[in-house]
Amino acid sequence: MRTVIFRTIAPYLAALMVLFSIFVLLRGHNEPGGGFIGGLIAASAFAIYGIACGVAAVRRAISFHPMTISGFGLFLATVSGLPSLFVSQPFMTSQWLYIHAFGVEVPLSTPMFFDIGVYFVVVGAIGSIALGLEERESD
Amino acid sequence: MATPATGVDLARAIVIDPTLPADWLVVAPSILTILGGAICLMARKNTEAQPRVAILFLTLLVLACGGLFVHVLDKGVVNMVMGRWLPPFGIAFTADITGAALALTASIVALAAGIYGAVDIDTSGRRYGFYPFLLLLMTGVCGAFLTGDIFNLYVWFEVLLISSFGMLVLGNEKEQLDGAVKYAVLNIIATTLFLISTGLLYGLFGTLNMADIAIKTRESGLTGPLASIAVLYLLAFGMKAAAFPVNFWLPASYHTPRIVVSAVFAGLLTKVGVYALLRIFILLMPQARIALTDVIALVAIATMITGIFGALAQTDIRRLFGYLVISGIGSMLAGLAIGTTAAVAGTIFYAIHSVIVMTALYMAAGIMHSMGGSYSLRKLGGLYGASPAFAAVFLVLAFGVAGLPPFSGFWPKVILVDAALATGHGWLAGTILLTGLLTSIAVGRVWVFAFWRGGAEGTVDGGAVALPAADPVLTRAAVWLPLGVLLTLVVLLGVLPEPFFQISGRGASGLVDPLGYVRAVFGGSL
Repeated sequence: MRTVIFRTIAPYLAALMVLFSIFVLLRGHNEPGGGFIGGLIAASAFAIYGIACGVAAVRRAISFHPMTISGFGLFLATVSGLPSLFVSQPFMTSQWLYIHAFGVEVPLSTPMFFDIGVYFVVVGAIGSIALGLEERESD
Repeated sequence: MATPATGVDLARAIVIDPTLPADWLVVAPSILTILGGAICLMARKNTEAQPRVAILFLTLLVLACGGLFVHVLDKGVVNMVMGRWLPPFGIAFTADITGAALALTASIVALAAGIYGAVDIDTSGRRYGFYPFLLLLMTGVCGAFLTGDIFNLYVWFEVLLISSFGMLVLGNEKEQLDGAVKYAVLNIIATTLFLISTGLLYGLFGTLNMADIAIKTRESGLTGPLASIAVLYLLAFGMKAAAFPVNFWLPASYHTPRIVVSAVFAGLLTKVGVYALLRIFILLMPQARIALTDVIALVAIATMITGIFGALAQTDIRRLFGYLVISGIGSMLAGLAIGTTAAVAGTIFYAIHSVIVMTALYMAAGIMHSMGGSYSLRKLGGLYGASPAFAAVFLVLAFGVAGLPPFSGFWPKVILVDAALATGHGWLAGTILLTGLLTSIAVGRVWVFAFWRGGAEGTVDGGAVALPAADPVLTRAAVWLPLGVLLTLVVLLGVLPEPFFQISGRGASGLVDPLGYVRAVFGGSL
């Protein structure tokens, strides 16, 4: 799979896919998308980059071990359910914060952080499997 | 919270009353274990810090479960709906006395295993994730005990199943993979059956909330579809609980992992299956249980008898204890077959006893292995000479599991036999007593061979063979402390049974009469 064309295109493609995955993640609250599908897109970006340039390059690029990323996602998703404790509402009740910055209203919410957590769990778990499988093949 | 004005009466959709901080105790076990598991997963490479973080979170788990248990004893059933959507649409966590008592017992056992694991699990085992798996296993176990939603119960089963796969193959030995494949295949079949029956149940009643189902089955009575669903559930959870004839995954896998993993599995996994059977057949579908009484009674008798005969035939103590787990499941199923409040109380009491005593026995097996260098009864011997105190500890546990007074197994068996005779189930009562006798022989055999005999098989009477040099782990407090705690509980359950009678009795009446459970979920309107 290491043709010149693929190797040249793959970094750009991977970067675009990661960007797109974040777009999909953030639009997920009201429109199709969300953490799971966004995470899958990002994980496939890493997989493509890994096929083209080798798994070691991917591991360097993402700095953390995929399982660590998963663990962080799990942590973030759980913590996002906790703020409702302080307003006497049950676990996982959504809390909203509307910030006005530069004339734009930015709605921040706990479901968004939950979705980001899911995103990281999926990136970590699927990325870990994909990189593991690719590593075997290159041996 | 800025809710846009819509002119909709929100009180019809969401919980308006403020949630008390104490009610958070019902989700605290799941939250704490997920957080602890996530932190351990992030610190996977830091094998020194992992046990400390995990033991801290397991201690918090015991405190949370203890708090929840006291809260439930005090205030009755505690309910919380995720995201404050009103039940039956919101996913409910509903803790009654049965669930809270079992969650507390499970958390104590998990803490004991976490401490024991600090010695038993080596660096590579920690790097492969023993502690994250243990914590996430507890997420599943506590979630299953505390959830009030049947699909959510499936999710927690899946969580604990996946964690248990990870724990089972820790070490990657050929034997472990062999055990794990049998374990995984059968458990996935059981989980799939559980999912299918839940889908059918949803199709039948249009609800997944347990309190709602409890009302609807009582209104509909026993119909054909409901009976089929009940049979599927019996098969699914029978597999999970290791009931005859779908229990061969247990002896195939429980002797392969690290001993502390076997201890956790023997203590917790099958009991979650028994708990689910109680929940389904006593709380949700009492009519189906009445129709299936004879089937459950036969399964119970066969499970007890095959379990104890298996134990008598084994020479590997880990396999032997695995069969003792199975015969104990038979006794618990006997309580389910009888189905009166007293019998269900016996099952709950037996489950609490079995969680503690089976974990303690596997830990004792680990110590025997460290002392005598083997798990085989043919090779063990002379342990009494090595440590008379440990020999006494083992004898207490052996009496406990056999149901001899004054230790923990005695009282639940008394309740079960009494309940069986009171309802004319003489066969069940007789089998429970016979199993008790045979269990004494099985564990007595371990005692005689491993402790009393001078050395390995073939040692002449009165002779003594020098033991291999004792493993240095035996000097570590982390080996003896958890066993000591569990031993204390075994003695306590036997000597002071009165509070446990009350707890299991109240737990059972909460299952048999669902009014309190339903009221806690739907408010006073019903």
